[in-house]
Amino acid sequence: MGHDEFQKQEGRIFTTSFFVLLTLSLIGIILIAVRCVKGIGAVSNMSDGYPWGIWIAYDVATGTAIACGGYAVAILVYIRNHMRYHPLIRSCILTSMFGYGLAGFSVMVDLGRPWNAYNFFVPSKWQFNSAMFEVALCVMAYSTVLIIEFLPAILYSLETSRWRRLHLILDSLQPLFAPDKDTVLGNIGYVRAAAAWIRPRLDKVLIFIIVLGITLPTMHQSSLGSMLLIAATKLHPLWHSPLLPLFFLINCIYIGYSIAILESVISSYAFRRPYEIPQLSGLAAIIPWLATLWLAVVVGDLTWRGQLAAVWRFDIYSCFFLLEFALLGFGSLILFRDQNRRSPRWLFVSAALIVLGGALYRFNVYLIGFNPGQGWIYFPSLSEVMISVGIVAIEILGYQVLVKMVPVLPRIGHRRHARFRATTPRTGLPYPAITKSVTPVQPT
Amino acid sequence: MLKPTHAPTRSHFSFSVFQYFSICPFITMNKDGCFPGELPRRDFLKLCATATAMLGLPFRMHSQVAAAARSSAKPPVIWLHFQECTGCSESLLRSSHPSVSSLILDLISLDYHETLMAGSGAQAEQSLHESMAANRGKYLLVIEGAIPRARNGIFCKVGGKTAMELLREVAPGAAAILCIGTCSSFGGIQSVGVNPTGAVGVRDLVTDRPIVNLPGCPPNPYNFLSTVLHYLTFKRLPELDALGRPKFAYGRKIHEHCERRPHFDAGRFAQAYGDAGHAQGYCLYKLGCKGPATYANCSVQRFNDVGAWPVSIGHPCIGCTEPEILFKLPIAEKVQIHDPTPFDSYAPANLKEKGKGPDPLTTGLVGLAAGAVIGAGIMLAKKLPTAAPTQAGRTHDHEPAE
Amino acid sequence: MSRQNRREFFKAAGLASAGLVATVTPAAASSAHLPDNAQSGMLYDATKCVGCKACMTACKRVNARPGGLAFEQAKFDQDGLWDAPEDLSGNTRTLIKLFKDTKGWSYVKYSCMHCQKPSCVSVCPVSAMTKDPVTGIVDYSKDVCIGCRYCQVACPFNIPKFQWDRTLPRIVKCDLCRNTNLKDKGIPACAETCPAGAILFGKRKDLLAEARTRLRQHPERYVPHIYGEHEIGGTNHLYLAALPFGSLGLPVLPSDAPAAFSEQIQHTIYKGFIAPIALYVSLCCIAVRNLKKGEAQPAPAVTPKKEV
Repeated sequence: MGHDEFQKQEGRIFTTSFFVLLTLSLIGIILIAVRCVKGIGAVSNMSDGYPWGIWIAYDVATGTAIACGGYAVAILVYIRNHMRYHPLIRSCILTSMFGYGLAGFSVMVDLGRPWNAYNFFVPSKWQFNSAMFEVALCVMAYSTVLIIEFLPAILYSLETSRWRRLHLILDSLQPLFAPDKDTVLGNIGYVRAAAAWIRPRLDKVLIFIIVLGITLPTMHQSSLGSMLLIAATKLHPLWHSPLLPLFFLINCIYIGYSIAILESVISSYAFRRPYEIPQLSGLAAIIPWLATLWLAVVVGDLTWRGQLAAVWRFDIYSCFFLLEFALLGFGSLILFRDQNRRSPRWLFVSAALIVLGGALYRFNVYLIGFNPGQGWIYFPSLSEVMISVGIVAIEILGYQVLVKMVPVLPRIGHRRHARFRATTPRTGLPYPAITKSVTPVQPT
Repeated sequence: MLKPTHAPTRSHFSFSVFQYFSICPFITMNKDGCFPGELPRRDFLKLCATATAMLGLPFRMHSQVAAAARSSAKPPVIWLHFQECTGCSESLLRSSHPSVSSLILDLISLDYHETLMAGSGAQAEQSLHESMAANRGKYLLVIEGAIPRARNGIFCKVGGKTAMELLREVAPGAAAILCIGTCSSFGGIQSVGVNPTGAVGVRDLVTDRPIVNLPGCPPNPYNFLSTVLHYLTFKRLPELDALGRPKFAYGRKIHEHCERRPHFDAGRFAQAYGDAGHAQGYCLYKLGCKGPATYANCSVQRFNDVGAWPVSIGHPCIGCTEPEILFKLPIAEKVQIHDPTPFDSYAPANLKEKGKGPDPLTTGLVGLAAGAVIGAGIMLAKKLPTAAPTQAGRTHDHEPAE
Repeated sequence: MSRQNRREFFKAAGLASAGLVATVTPAAASSAHLPDNAQSGMLYDATKCVGCKACMTACKRVNARPGGLAFEQAKFDQDGLWDAPEDLSGNTRTLIKLFKDTKGWSYVKYSCMHCQKPSCVSVCPVSAMTKDPVTGIVDYSKDVCIGCRYCQVACPFNIPKFQWDRTLPRIVKCDLCRNTNLKDKGIPACAETCPAGAILFGKRKDLLAEARTRLRQHPERYVPHIYGEHEIGGTNHLYLAALPFGSLGLPVLPSDAPAAFSEQIQHTIYKGFIAPIALYVSLCCIAVRNLKKGEAQPAPAVTPKKEV
């Protein structure tokens, strides 16, 4: 678990995409302010029939599944002991962190009386019958675990950074606001020492935290499915099954692997880094089996409950069910072929299909298959969508900035347990011209 | 001046107030002739029953009320007029159960009433002072009209004394003060706007005597009579609301008992005077009726013993018992309804559409965004290399075991 | 190593999913739940209701508190003349509606059903929804509620309503005037005020007996069914009507309580918290052993395959 497996992405922080995302974030934040002043109804189309809109269906139910990359890869690395996937884990954990942060933030926007949320910590108020209680506590615990899991990267940066940005900031503040620059800089030594003291100690117990980070998602992802168990009269029989917890659990794992692939391919493309084909093809070999297993259980469950006929009714429910089925099926079919698992293009396409299909499943359970009774309709309002978009924008923004500040991405040309890699331009990469932008920072 | 046709037999004071009546063409006569010495029993019981009912007392109480009314201990009453139009007195004169003659002869001892007195000048003032001295602490003081305060109250003088001086003189000896009409209760029309005379109601000047406000322009005489009878029966004043009005008469809104209420509940309104709705007797709310904001029993007790009141003849209520409405809100202005009741229709048990569905802008934008993402995905997929790039310099430490 | 690991992994996964798999079988056995007929409830007889809405007015009068019930303006009502709720809402706890078609018409009163096994109480993560064990009243506490609206998702009758248009919203539902009229006068305001005797308040067993009597005495007047007697495990609010209840906007429901079903699954997985702890411990063992193996073989070019 050496830190030399990872590197910072060099480059400017203030890019065009940064400002686009910043604008979207600001729109979202303004709308959230409106929601805080005028109530939820002022910005959303949620109603008493559809009390949960896209903030829950997308940001929480789907968002946490998409954020399961960290969970899925951690299973692979630490439980199945495929250490070669270790280079992927930090970026997966970071996206998980942001994904769960997004879910948590959305929940706070969505809650009507968030100031009472402290009751989750009051034992006399605990309600063990409630799936949501379980989800809430687990998600809160898991978010903490993710932060601790990510802490080594931050500590490493604190320890080794040359503090160039701090210098720059201090310089810009110099004459007026920060007259005593040396005092501030003098304290850097303490920070470095503290980070250096904590890091090895944290590394020793980290494995127990990591395993906690595998247990907790197992619990709450299944409970996300349990949440809709009680809506027996409202959720369409295509989806309402006693196996909902199991479906959600498997669903989040294959989404997790797929999202790890997507993320890696896209960031390789965007940051012009070489593709991590060996790791990705390994991941990709697991997905189709999981997805097929899942599809088989779904069909078995439908048969057992005698709802198979509902699939072929071709009403709106059956159409969405078939779409979800088709996306997952096609995605799996592509990945069954070994050659496709080595092609960035097909990896991307299939992973995207699987993520879409898996996400659609969660949407189906939480929104599309949910029918509260005669006459109720729901479609998100523009401001409701923009709040979700704003929160996602904040997430991506954070990811963009953090990968440039702390070593997150796998080191280029990484070799397992390699102590140090020279930064010479590599031959045989698809984009030889861009090697200048991938200069890793040398650890001091 | 005409001589009184009947010598007052039961009056405390030496001259009759009935001279006035003989020249008044609008006095309601009763069967026994113009001014009976005794109130006919039938009318008397009718009055007591009316008052008992109005006071909200159980019916068996009416004998008690009658007994109190019959007793010889009639409360002396002093009636002062200040800035007013005498409409309140006029209204009282129109009551027929009892006629005002019965009232002042049989029920109370009206010792001083500037309009009804036959006497005038020093003689009248003397009777006032005699009564005040003889009944100190026992007489009921009735005030009609507002009291001007500007320039030491020179805008209203009786017998050389300003209204303020008179009030200061008479009020301390009163058992209770009944303010009849909106002027004496709250200041009335002369207190509106710039209020040039500085007119106020009694409640702004007297604080150490119990005050009953009987606002209205004019007030219903039965509210006054019932208050007096309540005092006679129970030796105390009736329960009052926050504005000092007896709750038995001013406890509910006109709107609550209005005969046009079904039209209101059904949403049928007169839109203009004389329109079809007005002719049909629809609700007058949209013409500015203040009934929904006015506490009074007009819609129940009505006026002139013939069941008439403004709303029944097609004019909206002007809110004359409310200090904040009368003369302050335009007659045509609509009032806000603070405690709405259900509309006279029913929500269907099977609503067609509930909740908010898609609007074109959102669907369009979401569709565009989704299209853009899918397009970008396809473009990206096209740009990605199909085959894995050659991995020179890379070793795969361990291939999957499978 | 891989193969052995896989075996261990599946072992751990088996532990974890044992609970999940176990849920499949007992789901059917969840309806064993006896109604407590000593609880308080109401019987609404739609054939007696005259549609005067006095209950609606009384409810708002008695239960109006700051931040609570409020009057609702109809779209056509510019002047705010009437209280015209179209449905139960964050402003309205009870409501008379009218059903009308060619076959007939009927009034119907909506309010909380006060289920014997309430879904809203089962799902509330912070116990803001509570069911009084003696009176059976399902009550709500705004001081605890976090506003997650899970109760709305769970309620088969769509009874809990949220104040979407308020800055400090809360859930609104009937509590049988528990803190107002019932406390002061021993009867909910709607039942007290009903001039037609269409709303009876009392113990569930008395109400059921009365309902059966009415069905027996006037079989021609009623649909032969007491709505709420068995629906989702029984409710304390009961209905009699002349028209099928489905057409009156009352959902046709099975007699199993969804709350019992979901709780059974949840409890099977998390009974005594054994499954999660077992999962954690076994995963820890695997991970630590893997880590040690990794340290024992520093930087191998190829990991030797182990045969089991």
